[in-house]
Amino acid sequence: MKIRKTIAVAGVAALALLGTACGKDDKSSDAGKAPSYEVNDKFSMPDSKTWKAAKDRGHLIVGAKEDQPFLGFMDPATKERSGFDIEMARMISAELGLDPKKIEFKTIASANRETALQKGDVDIYVGTYSITDKRKESVGFAGPYYISGQSLLVKKDNTAITGKDTIANKKVCSAKGSTPAQKITKDFPTTTLVEYDTYSLCVDNLLSGQVDAVTTDEAILKGYAAKDPKNLKVVGENFSTEKYGIGVSKDDAQLREAVNKILEESNKEGVWKNIYDATLGLSGARPRAAPRVAR
Amino acid sequence: MSQKATVLFDAPGPRARRRNTIIGVVGIALLIGALAYVVYKFDKTGQFESRKWEPFQYTGIQELILDGLYATLKAFALAVVFSLILGALLAAGRLSEHRVLRWAATAFVTFFRAMPLVIMIFFLYVAPAKLDAWPGFLDWIGDDVMWPLVIGLTLYNGTVQAETMRAGILAVPSGQSEAAYAIGMRKTQVMTVILLPQGIRAMLPSIISQMVVTLKDTSLGFLITYGELLYTAKQIGAVQDYGLPLIPAAIVIGTIYILICTLLSLFAVWLERFLSSSRQGKPPAIAAPGDGELQQAGATA
Amino acid sequence: MSVLRDNWDLIHKGFVETLWLTLWCGVVALVLGTLLAACRVSPVPPLRWFGTAYVNIIRNTPLTLLMFFVALGFPKLDIKFDYFTFAVIAVGGYTAAFICEAVRSGINTVPLGQAEAARSLGMTFGQTLSLVVLPQALRAVIPPIGSLLIAMVRNSAIAGAFNVDELFGVNSTLVENGENVLWVFLWIAVGYLTITLTLSAVFALLEKKLAVAR
Repeated sequence: MKIRKTIAVAGVAALALLGTACGKDDKSSDAGKAPSYEVNDKFSMPDSKTWKAAKDRGHLIVGAKEDQPFLGFMDPATKERSGFDIEMARMISAELGLDPKKIEFKTIASANRETALQKGDVDIYVGTYSITDKRKESVGFAGPYYISGQSLLVKKDNTAITGKDTIANKKVCSAKGSTPAQKITKDFPTTTLVEYDTYSLCVDNLLSGQVDAVTTDEAILKGYAAKDPKNLKVVGENFSTEKYGIGVSKDDAQLREAVNKILEESNKEGVWKNIYDATLGLSGARPRAAPRVAR
Repeated sequence: MSQKATVLFDAPGPRARRRNTIIGVVGIALLIGALAYVVYKFDKTGQFESRKWEPFQYTGIQELILDGLYATLKAFALAVVFSLILGALLAAGRLSEHRVLRWAATAFVTFFRAMPLVIMIFFLYVAPAKLDAWPGFLDWIGDDVMWPLVIGLTLYNGTVQAETMRAGILAVPSGQSEAAYAIGMRKTQVMTVILLPQGIRAMLPSIISQMVVTLKDTSLGFLITYGELLYTAKQIGAVQDYGLPLIPAAIVIGTIYILICTLLSLFAVWLERFLSSSRQGKPPAIAAPGDGELQQAGATA
Repeated sequence: MSVLRDNWDLIHKGFVETLWLTLWCGVVALVLGTLLAACRVSPVPPLRWFGTAYVNIIRNTPLTLLMFFVALGFPKLDIKFDYFTFAVIAVGGYTAAFICEAVRSGINTVPLGQAEAARSLGMTFGQTLSLVVLPQALRAVIPPIGSLLIAMVRNSAIAGAFNVDELFGVNSTLVENGENVLWVFLWIAVGYLTITLTLSAVFALLEKKLAVAR
């Protein structure tokens, strides 16, 4: 009897929970100001296997990240993607003659990027993908389209930390096992390293005062600062260099070349700057120029 | 309150009653004070501000939570089915008369019961991509993060279920199987016709208690980015547009977990009472590793 | 073998950290668990309600969620400990709910006459429980507490995902360094097996000792 009553109560509670399911639409999305791109219908590149398959399919498949605000982000409510990397992908898609609105984005974890490109699961990968010699053995890189490097994110009112030379005896948070985290362990022995598997938990810890700074690539930090410029800022010079490239299949030299050309054009026409201003630029951090494409 | 507990103290007289009331009031006051502190601090740090709670009214977020619930229940259902199968096989192995089989099953059970579940799950998550010697026919484990979770849960819970099943079978009075052999039944017959039907009654509540553990452990999936409930909570909590609502998300998702786990726990308790009261004769009591309650107690996260 | 040799410092530190974690969590779980059990059988109704509520809520909450809540929620309560302490609170508090139930079942195994005799001698609830009932219940609760503590060691691995550099937590660094995954996990497993198997041997011994004393 008692149990039945408990079950009844639990049932009512469950209903009450579901009862709130008179859902509203998320209106907080602020992807607004991003530029729009004209589809270059005249573009054709039948030699490129990837392009031809995408053209036949009718859209490009882009590998991206989903947890980096203003860089590669997916709103969990609307499933809409936004950010610098995403805009780059849209711009490239339009220039390749494929409607950017139809892009199929796939979230690919860092560890699986090479495999996804090799297997052809994605046509291109745009997601803070650093160009390294080791990766060049298995995939092709167009770009770089952004030059980043390890930097520090702190609370806006923090004046004690101004750069890498001021983090001695401080608590610094980064992603578990990542290169920036290892750099802290190696080069900053007096700094306490705190590690989470995602940066948003680091940012939460920063805001609640559990850590003093968050460290990783400056582009990622700028994204967080851009979302919350009232409370967060990126400080100091970069203390490493990461060149973000656009990953393509290693066999598809034509596609790589075409993307390189598109990046050069966009730099000249100021599209790069527009994209930057609408995304990472909102952090208030000094703007950077588009990097030169390495051939 | 069970009868035996009340035997621990006398019916309180007037003074004892007054003292108990004081302790009670102080206790309640302390508890309310602690709660008030939590609420106050959460409020001060903006955990109750509307932009952190509003997302839960969005259709998209609600769908996301339902997807998370579905993912949790899916991994749970698969893990339960597989672990029961594995458990039955291992129990059969442990009760087998072939020494090799018995040893193999015992070694398997000992190893996987002593290993932290997270490690198994993580290994299965990392190995397919990073281990050169990973066998090609097992590549499917790396294709979907659900499999490392489900297989890890199966290996661990399978061994626990095996021990429960073994205990259930052993709890059937030996006269039963002796009688069955005496009328000329074969080994398989004795097991399937005589021992299992009786043993199941004894083991069922413990099996269901262990399922609660399995259900709770599906939350480890969030460590390997499987989109179950807790991962959903982290996902929602990570959105800066909503002010990083990690605490609100944890509260909402926690309520759902507690609700579904409690329902399953209550079902186990109810089943135990139903089985021991509905038919004539109690089911044989399982000896160590403990009765239903302890069995659950003995299990993990 | 080279994985162990090259990363001896890291693995050794992780192993020691796991041992400390086991010790502290064990102490918290046993003390809190016993207190909760006393609450659940006490003459004061609010204490009973509290004990029951605690046990039922915590037992039906995933430890991962609890860990998540403690590690991220406590700093917002201005409770700023290090992550090790957070792990002790979460894992210890979680295990305590199970210990409580084991102790309560143990209390129920002590023959009624014992408590009745104690009461008729004029003993109070506290005396009855601590001098007469609990010492006798000890025998019955040793095996379940043993398996609970072993489960706790296994569970403590979750702390590795929440910034405690214990044995499991070192895996990400080693894997990122390109060490052979199989060996990394094998050595971590060996570390845990050492602790859990030792613990179960200790409890088996304890059980035997107490059984003889009967």
